[in-house]
Amino acid sequence: MPKLKIDGVEIEVPAGITVLQACEMAGVEIPRFCYHERLSIAGNCRMCLVEQEKAPKPIASCAMPAAEGMVIKTDTPMVKKARNGVMEFLLINHPLDCPICDQGGECDLQDQAMAFGFDRSRYHENKRAVPDKELGPLVKTSMNRCIHCTRCIRFATEVAGVEELGATGRGESMEVTTYVEHALSSELSGNLVDLCPVGALTSKPYAFEARSWELSKTESVDVLDALGANIRVDTRGATVMRVLPRLNDDINEEWIGDKTRHAVDGLRYQRLDRPYVRKAGKLAPATWAEAFTAIASKLEGVDGKKIAAIVGDQCDAEAMVALKDLMAALGSPNVDCRQDGARLEAGVRAGYIFNPGIQGIDQADAILLIGTNPRLESPVLNARIRKRYLTGRCAIASIGSVADLTYPTERLGAGPATLRELADGKLGFSEKLKAAKNPLIIVGMGALSRDDGTAVLALARELAEKANAVREDWNGFAVLHTAAARVGGLDLGLVPGEGGRDVAGILEGAQAKEIEVVYLLAADEIDTQKLGKAFVVYQGHHGDAGAHRADVILPGAAYTEKPGTYVNTEGRVQLGRRANFPPGEAREDWAILRALSERLGKTLPYDTLDQVRSRLVAVSRSFAALDQQVAGNWGTFGKAGPTSDAAFASPITNYYMTCPISRASRTMAECMASRQQLLAAE
Amino acid sequence: MAMITADPKDVPQVASFAFTPEYLEKAKALIAQYPSGRQASAVIGVLDLAQRQQGWLPRVAMDAVAKLLDMAPIRVYEIATFYTMFQLKPKGKYLLQVCTTTPCWLRGSDGVMKACREAADGETFSVQEVECLGGCVNAPVVQINDDFYEDLDEVSMRKLLEAFRRGETPKPGPQIDRQTSAPIGGPTTLKGV
Repeated sequence: MPKLKIDGVEIEVPAGITVLQACEMAGVEIPRFCYHERLSIAGNCRMCLVEQEKAPKPIASCAMPAAEGMVIKTDTPMVKKARNGVMEFLLINHPLDCPICDQGGECDLQDQAMAFGFDRSRYHENKRAVPDKELGPLVKTSMNRCIHCTRCIRFATEVAGVEELGATGRGESMEVTTYVEHALSSELSGNLVDLCPVGALTSKPYAFEARSWELSKTESVDVLDALGANIRVDTRGATVMRVLPRLNDDINEEWIGDKTRHAVDGLRYQRLDRPYVRKAGKLAPATWAEAFTAIASKLEGVDGKKIAAIVGDQCDAEAMVALKDLMAALGSPNVDCRQDGARLEAGVRAGYIFNPGIQGIDQADAILLIGTNPRLESPVLNARIRKRYLTGRCAIASIGSVADLTYPTERLGAGPATLRELADGKLGFSEKLKAAKNPLIIVGMGALSRDDGTAVLALARELAEKANAVREDWNGFAVLHTAAARVGGLDLGLVPGEGGRDVAGILEGAQAKEIEVVYLLAADEIDTQKLGKAFVVYQGHHGDAGAHRADVILPGAAYTEKPGTYVNTEGRVQLGRRANFPPGEAREDWAILRALSERLGKTLPYDTLDQVRSRLVAVSRSFAALDQQVAGNWGTFGKAGPTSDAAFASPITNYYMTCPISRASRTMAECMASRQQLLAAE
Repeated sequence: MAMITADPKDVPQVASFAFTPEYLEKAKALIAQYPSGRQASAVIGVLDLAQRQQGWLPRVAMDAVAKLLDMAPIRVYEIATFYTMFQLKPKGKYLLQVCTTTPCWLRGSDGVMKACREAADGETFSVQEVECLGGCVNAPVVQINDDFYEDLDEVSMRKLLEAFRRGETPKPGPQIDRQTSAPIGGPTTLKGV
């Protein structure tokens, strides 16, 4: 623990940190461009110069380790002059185009030029001109503005794991480029825009759309994958302009995937903004009263057993509990939140959450991926595994068809048979798992949403127990979900009750006319052809598969438009907040269900959001603790049985379109086309 | 000011590149100098071999080097564009690197440069202005491919170029009566030794 003096204040800092970090701990802000906490140290912008006593010249604080007895001064005329000089050099070639630059207002260079800049230029030569680069449909480049901090290069190489960006040339002809002019093949490329301290890399879909100071900022959580990344939703009026990541070291650090960031333009298209009722085979606009009447008259006299409900992948817990209570009131046991048919059980919580937590990945020393492609299912989580891989001494293996994950994995096999061998200790990797202090077994939906999913789940549990992955101090059994609503749904018990049908059963029943009414709560990932002649009520926000088949459409709110509770794959309960209002006559989902229940004569016992949330806690205690991962109790889940030989395959083959919002998004369509072009070129 | 770019656009298309067995053997020997897993350390040497084989470095050659060394292509591009001795455009058979830094300039590199520029046709000769070659005591200096030709002036340069054009390889080193960088006209001290 070295002790050093910063601006006359003595401070003791942890060993191994840099002078810049020590200064931050002492409450002194150091200007910087190239330094970034989560990237390797480059030390090339020189903006962080400070004075060290007895040193002959100013030192770059970001690259200098804090050592015992150092005396650092950050407020002397020498430091000020040094930084002014660095700023003047940086501005030699930086264009004066702030008024037309999208970074304006949130630009590090602009801000720091206010403190260290000179009010005129002493250089009369021309500024250098650099050709712009093609980095795909998400990142717009204005390379004249680049100050060569190399953050983007380091991010692509280290975090995203795609070595495609580099600095070519030298001196005045240095350029940041891919050299071969192609889009970045990363699902995290949007983060480059956040990292860029100037306006060289800006968001292409957001180009010239808004200025940062005219946006209202709402802190929320993401629902486009099951990670529950913390986001900030920036809105202007009723429109979501952009989504940015929010810092949360336990979940997403400060990254978000491209879908999370850029699918939001899908919130503007294909929206359901008023109720519809199917009349003579055609959906016709209706009022809320007419829609409710249509449902009520259909439901009259229908036995509860002939009613079913399927819950979508992005529903908030409030809507789900309201649906559960409504179905219970109607006497229906046919409720299911597992659209993809995942064989997860609601009983044992540890059996369906990512027990070690996302942060647990950092501690794992042997990782097994079963039937999952984390790069597509949750790119940020994949970056976390890559981070662990880079730290070294961590064996990573996979079962199932896995493409390039940005880190090497040992391919053990394709299907359940390999898992069986591993559990029986017949494969070399089982020794590594057993020898590991913190083995981590990640089970994906590719292994569970299949007919033998229950047996696979039991096998995975057996393996976890045999590998000593489940202990008092460590639970390395981790389920990686693909649906943001799934853990919440299982926590609330939205699974078939006594004698109830699951999704496959409901669809079969609908075709056999044993199910007469199906309530789809934003459920679009099912085969709507199989709904037969059933009367379908669709409550959701997009005119997607479910709405096309529906007999009555109730317009709901998308995730940015309602206060909602979401439980991520770790089992962490998080609050999403309302950033804008749903379009037209659309309403918050729990309120729709509450209003419908009243019309059906089965009034649900809550009138306010607070009351619904109390109900959530009453149904599952896990909802009582916000922003914390509540550990699940270990128990017996899954059931041993015969398994098929089919290979595990991730349910997501196309990262960019997985839900109604991303399917409606034009940006995502462009990303998809760009990626296909890239693949075709290879 | 012209647009700067490290990626020359006006170069001929080269469809493919593969090391010949001799060069591949040399490359393997270079790689073997480094611990296993550190083969990328050999990149500068291997790039040089590729350049010697091809005469210059087309993109496909850089890609082949990246593949041989199991590294990302961009890392190879970075290196190839950083070092001025890697030629990203086709060059003539003889590359004339004329030093024009102060000592050479004072000793008449302008005339040498003039002779070279007149001879440069892009096929037999290409000319390049370079910074100090470190041969100031024998200024002016021109590096022709791997060899230094020293103590030049416009006339001797022209003679030199004529000889190259005839297919001869003139003797490298001082082009006047002088032993390496010893004083002109013979030793001035230690004459008795």
